Formats: sequence, C-alpha cells, structure tokens
Amino acid sequence: MITLEHVSKTFTSHGQTVTAVDDVSLEVGEGELHVLIGPSGSGKTTTMRMINCLETPTGGRITVDGRDVQTMNVVDLRRGIGYVIQQGGLFPHFTVADNVAVVPRLLGWPRQKRRQRAEELLALVGLPPELFADRYPRQLSGGQQQRVGVARALAADPPIVLMDEPFGAVDPITRKQLQRELRRIQAEVRKTIVFVTHDIAEAFLLGDRIVLMAEGRIVQNATPADLLRNPADPFVTSFIGEDRGLRSLRFTSLAELAGPAPPGARPNGMILPGTLSILDAGRELAAHRDAAGDGIWVGDTTGQPIGYLTFQQFATVLGESLGDDAETPHDETAHAIHH
Amino acid sequence: MMRRRMRYIIEHPDRMLELTQEHVWLVAISVLIAMLIGIPIGILITRLRWLEGSVIGVTGVLYTVPSLALFSVLMPYTGLGARTVIIALVLYSLLAIVRNTVTGIDEVPRPTLDAARGMGMTGSQRLLLVELPLALPVILAGVRLATVAAIGIATVGALLGAGGLGQLIFDGIARGSTDRIVAGAISASVLALVADWALAQLGGRLRRDVQIAGR
Repeated sequence: MITLEHVSKTFTSHGQTVTAVDDVSLEVGEGELHVLIGPSGSGKTTTMRMINCLETPTGGRITVDGRDVQTMNVVDLRRGIGYVIQQGGLFPHFTVADNVAVVPRLLGWPRQKRRQRAEELLALVGLPPELFADRYPRQLSGGQQQRVGVARALAADPPIVLMDEPFGAVDPITRKQLQRELRRIQAEVRKTIVFVTHDIAEAFLLGDRIVLMAEGRIVQNATPADLLRNPADPFVTSFIGEDRGLRSLRFTSLAELAGPAPPGARPNGMILPGTLSILDAGRELAAHRDAAGDGIWVGDTTGQPIGYLTFQQFATVLGESLGDDAETPHDETAHAIHH
Repeated sequence: MMRRRMRYIIEHPDRMLELTQEHVWLVAISVLIAMLIGIPIGILITRLRWLEGSVIGVTGVLYTVPSLALFSVLMPYTGLGARTVIIALVLYSLLAIVRNTVTGIDEVPRPTLDAARGMGMTGSQRLLLVELPLALPVILAGVRLATVAAIGIATVGALLGAGGLGQLIFDGIARGSTDRIVAGAISASVLALVADWALAQLGGRLRRDVQIAGR
C-alpha cells in the first residue's frame, strides 16, 4: 500500500522556481497496478521517483505500508521496492543471472540461493535459464533485456514494484507481447505496482486504475472504464484519443448492459459470464456461431443466468462504440451479430 | 651497417637484460604509485566537482615541464638516484591517470547508475560494483599513455644515476660509442612498443567484457 498526501516537488532552475509535482494525492492499494500517464513534463516520473526517494518531495508526505519514506533508511527502502527502467538499465558487465540477482546479492543471500532464484525468475519472464543465464546483456535483444529488467525487479520478492516506461524503447510488436506477459506475471505475483508510461493503450491494457497527469497535477484518477465513460474534461478526452469508443468495449462488462430476461424465456443459447467485456463477448460469439440462440444469456461466475441481452441491444452498443469506422480490426465481431 | 650497429646488444646480452630490468622496474613502480594516487584523486573529483579545474590544471602544468627541468627542481630536495626519477615519473603520469579516471566514471550511462541507486546500492557499492568496473577500460587507456611516456622519460633519468637503458645512451655519448647509443635507444623504443601493445591487448579484452549493452 502506497499513499501520497498532498505531495509537491519544486526545484530551482536558472533562478526560476519550477513546480514539477503540484499537490498530488494518491493511494495505491495492495496488489493493484496504477498507471501514471501524461504528456512529457507532466510530473509522472518525478511522482514515481519520490516513492523510492530518488527524488525528495518539497511538500507533503509519502508512506509505504504506513511508514513515512522520509524517515526510513533509504537503502533498505529501495531494496524492498522493485525498480524497472527504460531499456532495463542492466549492468553490462554482469551476466544475465548476476543482473537478476543484484538485490539478493546486496541483501547477502548465499550464492547458491541467488543463482536458483535468478533461474526461477528468468523462467517466469519467458527466458529459459539454460539459454540466457550466462549471457551478457549485449547479447540480448531489446525485448529480452526488458524481460531481464522485470525479472531483476522481482528477484527479492518485493511487495512493491516501480516501473518507469519499462517498454518505451522496444518495437510495437515486442511491446504488446511484453505487456501481455506483464499481465500474466502480475496475475501470478500480485505486486503493488506503479507504472509510468506515455502510451494510453498500454495504460488501458495494464492499469487497474489510470492516473492522468498534466503540469504536475492529477487531472483524473479513475478505473479505465470510468475514464472512458466519464472523462473529467476535454483534456482527458483528447488524451484518450479518437478511438475511445472502441476501447470502451474492452472495459464495459456484459453484466453492466444486461437487462432482465423476457418473461417465460429460458436459457436456450450459451451463457456467457457477466465479467466478460463486450469485446470479448463478441469474440466468443464469433467463435461459437452455431451455439448462439435468440440473444445472449449473461451468467454469474457459477453459470447461473442473471440477465439477458438481445442481439439487437448488443449490436447497438457495438455500433455506437465503433461509430462509422468500417475499417475496425474487429469486424469479425460485427459479423457474428448480424448472423 | 645495421648489423654492426647491433653488435653491442648481441655481445652483451647480460648487460642488456640488467638495464632493461632496471628500466622496467623504474617505470612500473612509478606508474603503480601514480595509479595509487591518481585513481583516488579521479574518484574524488567525480564526487567533489569543484576540485576538477584546479587538479587537472596542476597536473596539466606538471606534464608540460621538461624532464630535465623537473629533475633539477627536485634534485636539491631529493638528491641523486632512482628516488628523484620515480617522483618525477609519478608527477608526469598523474595527468593521464586522473583525467581518464574522471572521464571513465563520467561515461558510465545515467540509466545504469539510476538503476544501481534505485535498487538500493550504497555509494561505495555503486563505485565498486558499477562505476569502477565500467570505467576500467578508460582508466587503463590512461595508464597505457602514462606508461609509454614514462618509458621515454626514464631514459633521461640515467643522468641522475637511476640506471636503466638511458645509461647506455649517455655512456655511448661520453665514449663516442655509437653502438651503445643505438643499443639503448632501440631497446627503449622496443620496450615502449611492447608495453603499449600489451596494455592495448588487456584494454581490448576489458572493453569487450564491459561493452555497453546495445539498444
């Protein structure tokens, strides 16, 4: 659990006072991933760097698990917080395994245990240790280096991980892959993560909450779905971008749209879980065309029907979201509806 | 002609070996002392930046003083012999070693240092585990420069009775024996070339080991 209470950071540059972070309050719950996003100069990186005392706030208070970071030993604090930066920031003169085991080494783990832990983590991030453990960072691709960076941050099993644009320097395809991997890993390890990016798609893909910043302030702090449905102001809308309708499909669940079942109707088609996003529901339907009945039955986690959605309603939602953009990559979805 | 000039070397292998050893010893001890002084000074400069101007300035001026002049300045205090020569060689070597230590540490990429800090390395851990290993090739390049220069300057040290290959050159001049002059000059040159090559090899290997990770 990380809390920021009215945190500010000003510094003096060429005789002028610059406010990098302006009265930011924020709470990151245990096991949650919060994305700090905003244009460059919005203070998102500075905000993150104050959590592990790489920057010192000039006002306000930051606590980690209830303890004020300012009063903690800075070295102990940092060893208890995983840290990933762009391009991994790997040590070029250490092997991959030694890079992963840096914090365990600082903590004085025995050699054997360090090695074992490094191999475990390399496997977790999808780098077979027998192939990668003894290589040097320069022998790895950018994406592989990033994976090592993530493994390194997790090595001593810190409850908190800070990630500073970790996937900013890799090509789009690798980036997408790394993002999916991070989601898989996060589902497994459930760390409290603060993730800085300027990529809105990345924010939507990864964030439990998205904290949109501009000029040192928080403009909106919301779940991805709320951000899409209730943008606080035109800045948010413009930052989210034109395809927000399409994105909202990903963050609106079937349960939110479903209404009561028509009287007398019985579940005759398949039942989809209510937690499924509209987009995923569309995919599901497309994959099981023959199984579909008159509409979509929405069920709870045990499969009990809790609501109903006609194909017409479903299509309307899709149509509104997709707008008149015929060139969507998801036209397989639309296809299934007209079926 | 050339063969005849090499006669001294061929006929006095024991003497040649002895003088070469003296020469190597003079240079090695001087460069070693210069490293022991210069590398910590270099590190200090990267921590206390205001020192940089004056320290580099002073070592730079020292470097430009002609060797004979430096010897005669030192002699009243340190007398004749190897000691004076070693002090002079140390002073000459400082510039390259201090400057390259500073440059080497400055060139460690910011993200690497940032990662080191963010992961909870203490100042001395950063220095020993990250900065010095990564700066090593550049520091070694400074050592190489200092060594080659010291081999040349050490020949003049024979004037103070410090021995070494310069001895042959001055003997040769005194006795009108060109063979001796050639023997001394060629040996010193070969020694410089060999030292240069050997340190370059070592530096190349280190550089490969710490080569900065490509994007």
